[in-house]
Amino acid sequence: MNVNQPAMPAHAIELRDVVKVYGSGPAGVRALDGVSLTVAPGEFVAISGPSASGKSTLLHLAGGLDGPTSGTVAVGGEDLARLRPAELARVRRRQVGYVFQRYNLVASLTAVENVMLPLEFGGMPTRQARGAAVAAIERVGISQPFDRFPDDLSGGERQRVAIARAIAGERDAILADEPTGALDTITGDLVIELLAELASAGTSVVLVTHEPRFATWADRVVFMRDGRIVDESVPAAPPSPPAEPPVQVMTS
Amino acid sequence: MYGYQLRSAFEAYMGGAWPLNIGQVYTTLERLERDGLVAITRPGDGDGETGPSAPGGGGREHKYYAITRAGRDALRDWFEATAGDEPPPRDELLAKVLLALAGGREHALAVVTRQRTALTAALQARRRALRSAPASVGAGVAPASVSRAGTGGAGAGSPGGRGAGPRDNGLASLAPMLVADALVARAEADLRWLDVCEARLAQSAAHVGNGITPSDDEGER
Repeated sequence: MNVNQPAMPAHAIELRDVVKVYGSGPAGVRALDGVSLTVAPGEFVAISGPSASGKSTLLHLAGGLDGPTSGTVAVGGEDLARLRPAELARVRRRQVGYVFQRYNLVASLTAVENVMLPLEFGGMPTRQARGAAVAAIERVGISQPFDRFPDDLSGGERQRVAIARAIAGERDAILADEPTGALDTITGDLVIELLAELASAGTSVVLVTHEPRFATWADRVVFMRDGRIVDESVPAAPPSPPAEPPVQVMTS
Repeated sequence: MYGYQLRSAFEAYMGGAWPLNIGQVYTTLERLERDGLVAITRPGDGDGETGPSAPGGGGREHKYYAITRAGRDALRDWFEATAGDEPPPRDELLAKVLLALAGGREHALAVVTRQRTALTAALQARRRALRSAPASVGAGVAPASVSRAGTGGAGAGSPGGRGAGPRDNGLASLAPMLVADALVARAEADLRWLDVCEARLAQSAAHVGNGITPSDDEGER
């Protein structure tokens, strides 16, 4: 990691006045139209909205996969526009992890090897990468053996391996784009619960989903429409306590 | 089985989500008896089962009922019937969104957005409550009645009547969880519907064509 980087930036991810236009002139499509969003370390933010509302574009920009037309995007306190290509690649590989609907696992590699892949691409020695990969796989609750191939794993396990790949090597943030899209409800719940646990343990999570069920696991739900954030929701005050006085609790 | 036992059994089966008024249980039993669907097996003339705790039973002896052949047939018909064409839903959320259409697209979108945010916030809070107290599934999700049933002493939902509640086949503990799931699923359905409203509003031109749209919207396209 960059030694110049502050030990604990206030925001894991920060987008300020971001505009993203695809194409140019009158035919240009304004995918993002002045979006500002900050994600704190360990915060779990869900982005919800109809298709073409800009949510996937926002995720791409947050991970440095694409640059804004105007406005700034910072990851771990670093303005991505100011980074040299090699530094940007480092941010993408070492600080942010991605999870996609289709898992994107390499079929000819075992679970562990899939998780090791980006670490080795990032320059980590094989032995160290294996250790980090095993630690990540254990963390997402995959049972032994870890050298099974993707075809031998269930859908839920594949997505867990994909999440292990996203968190391996102590990354600051996970960006997940419809990670439950190919899973049934119960398995999807378990995957989102895992993301929530990772957030509780300090990893920032940005989840793009159009499923209200999964969005409600987040600390904050951001609603997008036509390239803008139209509203956001944080948990309501807890539901009013049951009719019984607390005495019930104390005597039981 | 007498009325109070019946109530306890029903409430246990319902995972505490459907508390019954004991008076209603007695009047319903009387009606069923009148219609021949249940029969009195012991008229309440001293069976030694009188419990001082049985409200509604007061100090009188319990009247025991059993289901009749006709009752069993009626029960089976009810079980086998599936929900057919239902009338359109009539609830407050629907009414608010439909009324909001009169104010134009932006107004309707604002109403949809506000309702959705509030509903999402409530569901987030429920999820949070569930995560922090996974042991008590009903907590924070189910209405107050759930915990009332769970703590209602000898009567509701438990020990009091062996054989009065769900059979102990290991599935009984699922009931409160399924009740919680139902509440969450309904809120999710509302959220999904609000998403659809938003998408339709976004697609639609300014006039929504419901006849009560203000005329200033009519001229736009």
